[in-house]
Amino acid sequence: MTTIAAIAPGRHGLPPDKRIVVGYGFWTFLLSDMVMFSALFATYAVLTRATAGGPGGAQLFHLTPVAIETGCLLLSSFTCGLMTLAVNGGNRTGTWLGGAVTFALGAAFLAMEIREFAAMLTLGATPQRSAFLSGFFTLVGCHGTHVGIGLLWLAVMMAQVAGKGFRPSVQRRLLCFSLFWHALDIIWVALFSIVYLMGSIDG
Amino acid sequence: MDDTPRDRAPGDSREGPGQSELRAYLIGIGLAALLTATSFWVATTSVLWAPGVAVGLAVLAIAQMGVHLVFFLHVTTGPDNTNNVLAVAFGVLIVGLVVAGSLWIMAHLNANMMP
Repeated sequence: MTTIAAIAPGRHGLPPDKRIVVGYGFWTFLLSDMVMFSALFATYAVLTRATAGGPGGAQLFHLTPVAIETGCLLLSSFTCGLMTLAVNGGNRTGTWLGGAVTFALGAAFLAMEIREFAAMLTLGATPQRSAFLSGFFTLVGCHGTHVGIGLLWLAVMMAQVAGKGFRPSVQRRLLCFSLFWHALDIIWVALFSIVYLMGSIDG
Repeated sequence: MDDTPRDRAPGDSREGPGQSELRAYLIGIGLAALLTATSFWVATTSVLWAPGVAVGLAVLAIAQMGVHLVFFLHVTTGPDNTNNVLAVAFGVLIVGLVVAGSLWIMAHLNANMMP
């Protein structure tokens, strides 16, 4: 199988390798996505105390499921890295294995988050209840939506590896997917620290 | 082989596929797990001075984001990575402005309103 093209990009004077152009473009998109998340974080931080007499973070957040979710996402980021190694080495079985484990861990994360949301909704802690809860559901829900889209993307990529093999376009898409997935884990680090851990200490 | 700096796609490591790249992921997951566990311990323990806990959590979170950037996304200070690092730096600037600016303005909103 071909080695990754990024090791031998174009020389000076030639346009850079397409893998670099596509990767850099997607990198820029991810950073703009982080800027969007920073607005949601700022909104949430401004509204944390605006509970309107409703439940606050200390009453609503349970750290054990959050810790398990964090472990799932962190491990999935690691297995996504292993999948990238398999892709770059042209190892099809490794790619499927890494993709399957990444998918399973991501799906477990999403399932736990949906269960947590459902439990909050049955307690009457809906987005309409207070500005704090509006900010919470927007921020955490936006991250969860990203994870859901990532799972869909991963499934599509596995189908493309099966149908098209490791052609350069598929390798570029897999590179972009791994960037996306690692970026989601970085956002989750900010999320569990600011929303859940800091939310649970001031109660 | 010429040693002129070349660009590298974000997420690609310098070494290419192999043992050293696997080692980077292993170091990354180890450090990230350690920092995450420390964060959860800091938030739940009663041993630490309570007013300092939030600052400690922020420091741990920023450290872990750095670990993810370096060991998972392979963002380094190498000359082939300048574009990627500059994009990150710009992103960090905007994120900092949005978050710090919003909190600063909203915290002083009442005082700054016209009477």
